Amino acid sequence: MTAELDVLAAPARPGRASPPAGRLGRLAQQPFLVLSWIIVLVVIGWAVAPGLFTSYGPYDGDSAAGFAPPSAEHWFGTDRLGRDLFARSVYGAHTTLTATLLAVLVAFGIGTVVGLIAGFGGGIVDTAIMRVVDVFLAIPSLLLAMVVVSVLGYSTQNIALAVGVSSIASFARVMRAQVLAVMTQDYVKAAYGLGGGRLRVLVRHVVPNSLNSVIALAALEVGTAVLAVASLGFLGYGAPPPQPEWGLLVAEGRDYVAVHPWASIMPGLALALVVISTHRISTSYRKEHRR
Amino acid sequence: MLRYLALKAGRALFVVWAAFTLTFVLLFVLPADPVDLLFDPAELNTVTPEVREQVADGYGFDKPVLLQYLARLGHALTGDFGSSVQSGRSVTATILDVLPSTLVLAFGALVLALLIGFVIALAATSTRRAWVRNLAEALPSGAVSVPVFLSGILVLQIFSFQLGWFPAFGDQGARSLVLPMITLAVPVSGPIAQLLVRSFATEFRSGYVTTSWAKGATRGGIVVRDVFRNASLPALTIAGITFGNLIAGSVITETVFARQGIGRMTQAAINTLDIPLVQGIVVLVAASFAVINLVVDLIYPLLDPRLRATLATGSPLTA
Amino acid sequence: MTDTAEERQDPLLRITDLAIDYRTGRRQWTPAVRGAGLHVRRGEFVSLVGESGSGKTTLVQGALGLLPTAARIRGGSIAYSGVDVTGWSDQRMALVRGNYVGFVPQDPNTSLNPVKKIGQQVIEAVRFNAPGARNAAQHREAALESLRTAGLKDAGRVFHQYPHELSGGMKQRALIAIALAGKPKIVVADEPTSALDVTVQKVILDHLARLREELGIGILLVTHDLGVALDRSDRILVMQHGQIVEEGPVRRILENTTHDYTRRLLDAAPARHAGRLVPTSGVRAVPADAAPVLRAHALTKRYHLRGARGRRREVRALDGADLVVRKGTTHAIVGESGAGKSTLASILVRFTSADGGTVHVGDREVTGLDRRQLREIRRDLQFVFQNPFTSLDPRFTVGKLVAEPLQAFGLVTGRRERTARVVELLTAVALDESHLHRLPGELSGGQRQRVAIARALALNPGILVLDEAVSALDVSVQAQILQLLVDLQAEFGLSYVFVTHDLGVVRLIADDVTVMRGGVVVETGPVEQVFRAPRHAYTRELLEAVPGADHTGPGTIRAARANTSIAHQV
Repeated sequence: MTAELDVLAAPARPGRASPPAGRLGRLAQQPFLVLSWIIVLVVIGWAVAPGLFTSYGPYDGDSAAGFAPPSAEHWFGTDRLGRDLFARSVYGAHTTLTATLLAVLVAFGIGTVVGLIAGFGGGIVDTAIMRVVDVFLAIPSLLLAMVVVSVLGYSTQNIALAVGVSSIASFARVMRAQVLAVMTQDYVKAAYGLGGGRLRVLVRHVVPNSLNSVIALAALEVGTAVLAVASLGFLGYGAPPPQPEWGLLVAEGRDYVAVHPWASIMPGLALALVVISTHRISTSYRKEHRR
Repeated sequence: MLRYLALKAGRALFVVWAAFTLTFVLLFVLPADPVDLLFDPAELNTVTPEVREQVADGYGFDKPVLLQYLARLGHALTGDFGSSVQSGRSVTATILDVLPSTLVLAFGALVLALLIGFVIALAATSTRRAWVRNLAEALPSGAVSVPVFLSGILVLQIFSFQLGWFPAFGDQGARSLVLPMITLAVPVSGPIAQLLVRSFATEFRSGYVTTSWAKGATRGGIVVRDVFRNASLPALTIAGITFGNLIAGSVITETVFARQGIGRMTQAAINTLDIPLVQGIVVLVAASFAVINLVVDLIYPLLDPRLRATLATGSPLTA
Repeated sequence: MTDTAEERQDPLLRITDLAIDYRTGRRQWTPAVRGAGLHVRRGEFVSLVGESGSGKTTLVQGALGLLPTAARIRGGSIAYSGVDVTGWSDQRMALVRGNYVGFVPQDPNTSLNPVKKIGQQVIEAVRFNAPGARNAAQHREAALESLRTAGLKDAGRVFHQYPHELSGGMKQRALIAIALAGKPKIVVADEPTSALDVTVQKVILDHLARLREELGIGILLVTHDLGVALDRSDRILVMQHGQIVEEGPVRRILENTTHDYTRRLLDAAPARHAGRLVPTSGVRAVPADAAPVLRAHALTKRYHLRGARGRRREVRALDGADLVVRKGTTHAIVGESGAGKSTLASILVRFTSADGGTVHVGDREVTGLDRRQLREIRRDLQFVFQNPFTSLDPRFTVGKLVAEPLQAFGLVTGRRERTARVVELLTAVALDESHLHRLPGELSGGQRQRVAIARALALNPGILVLDEAVSALDVSVQAQILQLLVDLQAEFGLSYVFVTHDLGVVRLIADDVTVMRGGVVVETGPVEQVFRAPRHAYTRELLEAVPGADHTGPGTIRAARANTSIAHQV
């Protein structure tokens, strides 16, 4: 009787055996995931210390060397004024990524709390919040962000706020769904039965177990927010022209796209790579935490 | 059933009303002096106080906010959102002018996006080769990751400037529609394909597929006969998101290809702070969204016999 | 096929030395089936018995060519009537499946296409396997015929219904009809009744056995329930860790099993015990006049359904149920799905509130207490859930899980004292310190349920309400947990309310039993009395449906048989 029998009967489930060697071992089996992390880390490096990645300054131009194609000297080529586009992309990472970070923080912070209140509060609180969320979901986030920016005024910071505000609703909805799902779990019922008060159960069980998919959404939202920030920059609602910003870089090159395509395409590709990488990371996070 | 209908319709109406109210607060109440927003920022300094007063009077800004709101709401109910600041024409007429052009673009892109989505999902499900499946699963996330302005420029560069197959700009004829449609369809197809790949995979693993295998069905037969319908239903649930993507995408697509349409008009309206026009567009978009979701809610039960049954007998409700 | 000499050479299905691996890493394979062999002859009823993880399902999936993509056949062969089909393509296997071998899947609730009518689904099975071209009317007739053969009397109506409009038993019959539609020579059934109520299970299994007689087909039944296998098979195969450890006719296995694991399975099967389990510490004596610790009176719970056109319908989950639990005893509540037994348990601990009636714990009325008073009551009244995989927070270690109630009530202050108390509790449920820092995901089902019990005991409650607490566990683990519960009861003088659908388990653990059906108490009394002389027809029906109850065997089992035969006569 007892434990060793238990072990004996414990099913050695096929396909559920633990992977070979922890987190690193799993990473080594997914080269694309590793590549994605490298890209994201490098771009974060651009944003934090641009001087380490390029010897050119973002505003140093030589009009004689305008519209040079990509070469060993100018990796992304140069723009109309002969400014190095790689350097402008590197310095632009700061503007774009800071805005993205702010946007995701706003959306994640407010959205999660709102969703938690709706899901945990239930009843009329839930109904009221969800109807408001409906309204925000009904207006496409780019459109909403454009309206918000037009009220706040044009600047990268306001773009960030606008993008963040326009994503609050989707975070709130996901968080609420998670909270509702977690609250029906036996272990939450058990926690009440074991004498836990509402606050205790909320803090110890409901919130930690609900956060996983919201974090996955946040990872995804980083990509979406980069796109939204760049799109608004492209449309001209962000930083004014001499400043390097990814969307603006593409917009500046756009006028000459027929003759000098790389001026638009290279910064655009850098942007696309970052977004693809964040998607890949988000997907792997979701897979790992799926229950 | 009637109750369900009334509830859904009520929600749709609420969304439209709330969108109107939200834009009213954002555009007419929050700005310190809404009159400022009515003028081109460059000319603002040259405007005399008399003119300002006249304008404020004309828009009713001197009245209490609540009265302004009620007056605007009353007009909006009759389809009157005032007139555009820039052109002076009625907002409704201005929107109606360019609406068909965007509708054609959006509808074409939607059909193309659905096609892409289903092809990817079917390829991922039907194949026995792991690399085809992996590729098909990776494509959608690539589709949503490439910014529309970049893919637009790439498409322009390749098919218009290099190959010269299609005109680069403008909105004359069907040929000019091809490139914008492709550009718009790609990002819209991403989420659709992602959802379909996932739901095809889930359904393909489900119990009734095992039953079909056991009946002696072949892989292709199972995908077509059993999986397709069950797996396609969830695509309806993201109709709203798809609509949002179409609108957002058309703003950029129409800008890149210099096409006339709601998207480009929205951008122009925001740039010139044409408040009545912006409000009209937002309310129109929200209303379309609400109608689309209402339609989805109503036809979903027709396609899923289980839901039909719940509606007929009612759902259990804890007392 | 009719030639008996030929038949002796080539059984309907012969699996030889089959080995199947699952992919667990990039180049890593874990064996699930190792060198298993079996055969089924014409007209033979063979059962494959094993606990979860034994590889029994993988084995039959391999035989049918239905393995998931992560699995591969490493060696061995599969032959149908002497034709080796190992390594056949999906296309070729499609001709074998349905035509030659029919398959009845495990869960009828997910195994039918929800958006297609039953008739159409059966017609497909007919059409795939129809010899020669036939027209739609003939297909339809054949499908109806198949539905009738599967025991659906109202085949015409079922034909036009969707799966969700049928009960679980009817769905399983429809699946049997699909399996039979191709006129197969052999039917493989993978746990066909484990999702069904015991009375329905009996009917379905009886029908399978009858089909074997009438159609002369071979049947391979996969089951975890040794009782089910003993009742109906000609031969039994026992599987463990991917290997077939024992094979033989039912009688030989019962009388003279050679294998230790089979012996343990036989002993663990609840239906094969006559009386209550005895605590390891020795026989206990419960005074016949023990005072009631928990009383429920006239409990009623209604759920409202919003009907069409504003009509409101009501479902009575509980309709005037009474219950009295005596101190230091186990009171079992038994019934099939929809009986209201879980609702009753949930009301007792106030997870759900009743619409009417009262619950008393000792002298205190629980109904209508506010949150704070309820919390006090819960120190004395604890609950153990059915599924140990969902009742433990996956992010908490065992130590934190068991300490949680201590912290919630601020009982034991100081880290060291708390750990000491937790270890003490773990020891009581036969776990130890080494488990303290493990997560639930790293424990087996039985270990998790032990943790759940340890947690429930942390507050020294007098009463434990256990809702199907052993139903999710394998039979040998189930036996251990039941023994543990009996031991704990003897040690701490606990009173149990034990909700279960399994009458065999009731016999093992309960002193009193309440039989429920449709929210109403059908019969209540001491287990001895109710089982020996059931007064209600439904109780009798339930008792008769218990599989594996009437097999001769050593010791106590004869007494069990005597019990049931008396039951039959009443």
